[in-house]
Order: sequence, then C-alpha cells, then structure tokens
Amino acid sequence: MENMPAFRLHRPETAAEAVRLKTSDARSRYLAGGTDMIVNVRRGIEAPETMIDLTAIAAITEISEISGGDGGLRIGAGVKLSDLAAHADLRRDYPAITQAAASVAGPTHRRYGTIGGNLCLDTRCLFYNQSQWWRESNNFCLKHKGDVCHVAPGGKRCFAAFSGDVAPAMLVYGAEVDLKGPNGARTIPLVDLYRDDGMDHLALEADELLVSIRLPKPVAGTVSGYEKSRIRGSIDFPLAGCAVRVTMDDGKVADIAIALTAVNPSPHIVTGLDDFVGRPLDDDALDKIREMVRSQAKPMLTTTVRPWYRRRVVGALARRLTAKLAGA
Amino acid sequence: MKSLLSLTVNGRQRDDGVAGNLLLVDYLREVVGLTGTKIGCDGGECGLCTVLVDGKAQHSCLTLAASCAGKDIETIEAMSDGGRLNAIQRGFHEKLGAQCGFCTPGMVMAAEALLRDNPDPDEDTIRTEMASNICRCTGYVKIIEAVQFAVDEIKANPNSKQEAA
Repeated sequence: MENMPAFRLHRPETAAEAVRLKTSDARSRYLAGGTDMIVNVRRGIEAPETMIDLTAIAAITEISEISGGDGGLRIGAGVKLSDLAAHADLRRDYPAITQAAASVAGPTHRRYGTIGGNLCLDTRCLFYNQSQWWRESNNFCLKHKGDVCHVAPGGKRCFAAFSGDVAPAMLVYGAEVDLKGPNGARTIPLVDLYRDDGMDHLALEADELLVSIRLPKPVAGTVSGYEKSRIRGSIDFPLAGCAVRVTMDDGKVADIAIALTAVNPSPHIVTGLDDFVGRPLDDDALDKIREMVRSQAKPMLTTTVRPWYRRRVVGALARRLTAKLAGA
Repeated sequence: MKSLLSLTVNGRQRDDGVAGNLLLVDYLREVVGLTGTKIGCDGGECGLCTVLVDGKAQHSCLTLAASCAGKDIETIEAMSDGGRLNAIQRGFHEKLGAQCGFCTPGMVMAAEALLRDNPDPDEDTIRTEMASNICRCTGYVKIIEAVQFAVDEIKANPNSKQEAA
C-alpha cells in the first residue's frame, strides 16, 4: 500500500475540543477506530492535513440509561463494536443491534472499531476502494477526482453503496443521534443522518461530530434480528444486509419495520409495510414482503458480485428473517 | 512534526519522539526494533500485524503510534516463557501450526488475546475469534489444533506462563 501521507495529529479529551480543533483546519478529518479511515488515507482517498483522534474522549465511550423523558438507552459513539455486541441489556432488548455489531468485519476489527465510525462509514464501490494507481489508471471515478461513474457511465450520480451493518438495525428501532458542531448541539433521527447520494451520503454540517446514539425504550413483545450476505462468512462487508423488527399480537402483526444496507447509497427503510398490520405473517404475506424488499433495493455494480444476485439475496434474507421472528 | 510518545512496550516504559502519521507497526519495527510483528496486506485484512493494546488484539498497521499514548503494547517478542516457548507457541510447534511461518506471530497474538478472555474456547469459538487472521499455506486445521493444544497445556499446568506480564 502507499506510504502514509504526512499530517498533524491531535488527541483531544473532550468532544467540544475535538470540534474546535476540527474547525481550525479546513482539511481535517475525525479519526475513530481507523479500521476504514486509515485504509482510505493510505489509498489517497482521504488526504487530511490534520487528523483528530477521538479515542481519548472518555465521555463518548459509555452505554447508559437516559434519565427523564421517555427513557431509553444512550450509546456513546466511541463504544467499541465488540462491547456493543456483548452488552447484556442490548442483547436482550435490541437483538438486531447486537447481531449486526457482531457481524461487522472480523473479531479484531470489532475490538477497536467504534459504533460512531460504523454509522458514519464512507460508501463503498468496486471503483473507489482501490489503490491510488488502480484508480488513476482508470481515470479515477465520479466520487473522487474523476468525471465518470464507471458503474453508470451515462449518469451524473454516484451509486457507491452504504455498507455499514449496524445502521439498519438501529433504524428499525427509530434511533436518534446526538451531534455536536461549531454551532451547538442537535439531536436528529438517525434516518435523517443519511442522504441517497453515494458521493455525499452524510447529512452532517461542516465539522459536526456524532457523539452518541439514543434508542427508545424497548416495547414488550418486540423481536428483532439482523442477517447479512457476504463473500467470506468470517470477515467481509455485506453484499446485502437486512434488519427486521416485528411485534406480533395474537398471531397478527402489531408493528413491523425492515431496513436494508449495502444495496443503496444510504441505509434504506422499507416503505409500505403498514399494509401488513393486523394480518398474520403467512406465506402469502412473507412472499409479498420479499418482493417489496426486492423492488426497493437498488443494488448496482459496486461489488464483484452481480446486482441481480444481491437483489434476490436481500429479498430472501428479509423473508427468512421475518418468518423466523414471527414464528418465535 | 514530532511529539513525545510515552507508552509501555512488552513491560518496558518508553519515551520516543514520533510523527503524527507514524503507524504502530512501523514504530514497533523501525523505532523499537521489534521485527517479530510482520506487515502483510498493510490494510487490516490479513491480521499478520496483530499486537495486543491494553490486552486486546489490534491491527498495528491501522493504528497510529501516537494514539497509543499511555497504553500497554505487547508483541510476539514478549510471548516466550523465560526463554522457552510458551503454551501457544509450543502448540504451533507440536501441531505443525506454522508452514511458511509468516502469519504465525499474528496468529499467536490473536490466540493469546482469545485465551486471556476465554481460557476454554470450543472449536467454533476458536474459529470465530481468530477469523481476522489469514493463513495462505495451511487449511487452518493445524492452527486450530495448535490453539487447542495450548488450552489443554494451560489446563494441565496452570502455572505455565500464558501471558506476558
């Protein structure tokens, strides 16, 4: 791989100091676990002059109950994916989230990769996550330094796929995120953190930092899960991933949510599922869910695996997981 | 621009001037002179460069040295037991867990991290927990057997040194 470019490194101990340092240099980047960011820096995809290492900020490494309001859980953005996956309360109340966290990359990555980094993961593409010389010999691509999208050469948009595992699992629970920026703090629904644009998929304002995630109180009787398809079962990014949360009441659906990853430039919440409320999840309903998922997933040629296969797989994952959860 | 880095490497306190962009693996190999930690894919895919940071396995090729200020780093050089092979190393030797040997330092460190957290893992757990480490010679069977050998050795002789500190 290419040599590491020179940059300044700061290790602030508070989020406020991190934001202040970030604003002081226009070519600065936040650095959490580094499992993806350091790779991108060495590939010349990122060329920061300043990096702000977030790993010394103790306040964003905790999982705590939210006191007051409607309650729920607050997860610091610096929580390691392995700690998230092993958290007893989360495993009990939000299984899709712990299953998704446990499926990110390999075990070593999860010990230092963070949930904040996973939610803010850059979009991925066959023509983007390559070395400098590879991309250069291909005249770069629309997402970085080039004029043409090699996935859809006629178009003017980037189809790089959002490939984080945990986002869909948090989306089915209606998670919110706390952001801290130079203009103060704000809390927005996690779904609003994402834009359907592979080139610029995060709706963060300049220098804004994701500091924590809020999960609403669990609803009794709710079950959930996450499944992904990948090339190597032990270590890969998803080719397609699917989170399902469902609450059944007397054999009928009281509430259902499905979210997908790796098949669109942003994690996608499946729409139209309200039609199933009040109905049993029989074969007919499950087949309809599978086809709805397939029609809403828009995989493009962003991986070595063909889009038609990923579209079929994501529907199959959704159907299988929903059937398993409804039967439980 | 260099800054002062204070940390512990294999139990010894060190202070070195390091550049912000220096990777932990280059710090260990070029500054400290510990070349047992290998560079493989150089991008977090193969696990060759695995070291322990505060007792947890981490890729030293994706970690900045300066991010390890105040931390305790352990490398393959600290694994031997008073000049003799420790239980995990003996396992790799006895069960032929190493062929070309290039992945072995990372494998031993990943196994060390695993056995500290879970002294009695079953085969599935060993496979899952060592999935970040790739070997291109063997079929992993011998590596799994090597770790199982170490588990049995440590059970039989709890005083045998498994960890460095």
